[in-house]
Amino acid sequence: MRAAIRPVVARLLGAVVVVWGAVTCSFGALQLIPGDPVNAIVGTNALVGPEQRELLRERYHFDQPLFIQYADHLGRLATGRLGDSYQLQQSVWTVITNQLWPTVELALWASLLAVVLSVAVTVLTSGRSRWPRRISSLVELLVVSTPAFWLGILLLTVFSFHLGWLPVSDTGDPRSLVLPVVTLGLPIAAILTQVLREGLLTALDAPFVLTARARGLAEHSVRSRHALRHSTLPALTLTGWFVGTLLGGAVIVENVFARPGVGRVALQAVSDRDFPVVQGVVALSAVVFVVVAAVVDGLYAVVDPRLRRRTGMVAA
Amino acid sequence: MSLARRLPRPGLLIAAVVAILMLVAAIHPALFAGGGPAEGDLHATLQGPSGRHWFGTDQLGRDVFTRAVHGTRYSLSIGAAATGIGVVIASGWGLAAALSGRVGDTLLMRAADILLALPAVLLALMVVLITGKGVFGVTLAVAVGTAPGFARVIRGQALVVRRSGYVNAAVGLGVRRPLIIVRHVLPNTLAPLLVLATVTLGTSISTGAALSYLGLGAQPPTPEWGAMLTEGQGYLGQAWWIALFPGLLLVAMVLTVTVLGRDAQARSDGRTS
Repeated sequence: MRAAIRPVVARLLGAVVVVWGAVTCSFGALQLIPGDPVNAIVGTNALVGPEQRELLRERYHFDQPLFIQYADHLGRLATGRLGDSYQLQQSVWTVITNQLWPTVELALWASLLAVVLSVAVTVLTSGRSRWPRRISSLVELLVVSTPAFWLGILLLTVFSFHLGWLPVSDTGDPRSLVLPVVTLGLPIAAILTQVLREGLLTALDAPFVLTARARGLAEHSVRSRHALRHSTLPALTLTGWFVGTLLGGAVIVENVFARPGVGRVALQAVSDRDFPVVQGVVALSAVVFVVVAAVVDGLYAVVDPRLRRRTGMVAA
Repeated sequence: MSLARRLPRPGLLIAAVVAILMLVAAIHPALFAGGGPAEGDLHATLQGPSGRHWFGTDQLGRDVFTRAVHGTRYSLSIGAAATGIGVVIASGWGLAAALSGRVGDTLLMRAADILLALPAVLLALMVVLITGKGVFGVTLAVAVGTAPGFARVIRGQALVVRRSGYVNAAVGLGVRRPLIIVRHVLPNTLAPLLVLATVTLGTSISTGAALSYLGLGAQPPTPEWGAMLTEGQGYLGQAWWIALFPGLLLVAMVLTVTVLGRDAQARSDGRTS
């Protein structure tokens, strides 16, 4: 029993360290910003007198020693309070949760597209003939080298402005999700395909594939049921990392397509020097990363039976 | 057959030629485009691509081709400088981790893990928050994004080199520790890192342009590609060429660097294995 709990505890501790590190990192970064933090609150408004500045300094505890401020900050985060936005007269929690769903929606569809597309392309181009693979490799290279913001602009020009098939910006219409999802998901699909294909080609040389063939299995079932499954492990790691850091891509995609979302909130907060919001987004992003990493670990056990005993998981 | 084998693949050849052209354009843009990037003709605004204006003109009648050619230097130098700074930071970071015992190693590598857990764009946003908007801030932001990954590689390599025969020999000969690090460990850890840096250069260029596109880097009217795209996006319906052509050059640059980088990687893998 104890042996089963130990890896879970280690994981939890590791997760806490990552989140704590990210929070500390953002706290430290904000201390490095030159100038009086009160300026970030009042902006360039010169009408604020010294007494009011002093009041603000007290209210936001800028007069306390740095260590106390840091401890306060950690204490508040640990109890789930992210503080108030400087600019928006709302709590950071409200600001982020209000914008969370559009980003989650975008990220989920983009991940789904990336996974389905990469598996489909890998299986379809894994045949004996070389040409489909070469063409696919070339397309992958092109897509990987295309910056997301330009891909978005290209898609907008073609499909929205010239063909008029899809809306230019977010209209609430599900069709307005198509281009952002493609922009975010396509580059990930390209990288995943490269990894999957490499894994598949390695797996096809493995003895178990020979065994499967010797048992008289059809080629497509050897490839898709045995070899492909084997090549999913590295791809799974990579997918987890991508999903965990999708927020970065969301910053760009949400700006290209003028979509609401956490990415836009983050960019706006940086432009407005709205520090509590920036800290909130960083904390959220660290938590998402840690959760996704844990889910991926669980999925390993589903995909690879050899890992089940080690992680204490029963076959799913 | 032997000749065919000695000749580089056509893709590689094209990449090399494009790379040279882009270097020339970055150093001496006037060679390709006569006018200045800020010269506009208000009688010829938003004109489509033609023999006179290959890439058309923008809302101020400026020649998009001229601006795009002048923009080469920004993307290239931001990407290269960021990678360079990243390598320098990572060398110190990775070497310190490899050579400072178990506690130091764990701390430094844990820090790298934490930075890798944050999206690169978010990390870059925080750096820009500190430095303020501009080319310098973006360069540093991209560098900070690449450093943790580089540091990991250099640490791994330094751990191997530290136990190598020549380092043992130097220790045995009584060479002082700092000298061993600078003369033996550092050069031998840098070789694989430089290959990785070439592969990463494409991403660095792309991220740098993305940050400028978000309005954090070079500001208009600077003919930086990312900034040009932001300007052009407002005219997508009437004048697609303003945003499309600079982006096309950006893709060409990233593609070229990626192809050359992967080739360098393949060569170095072939040599070591």
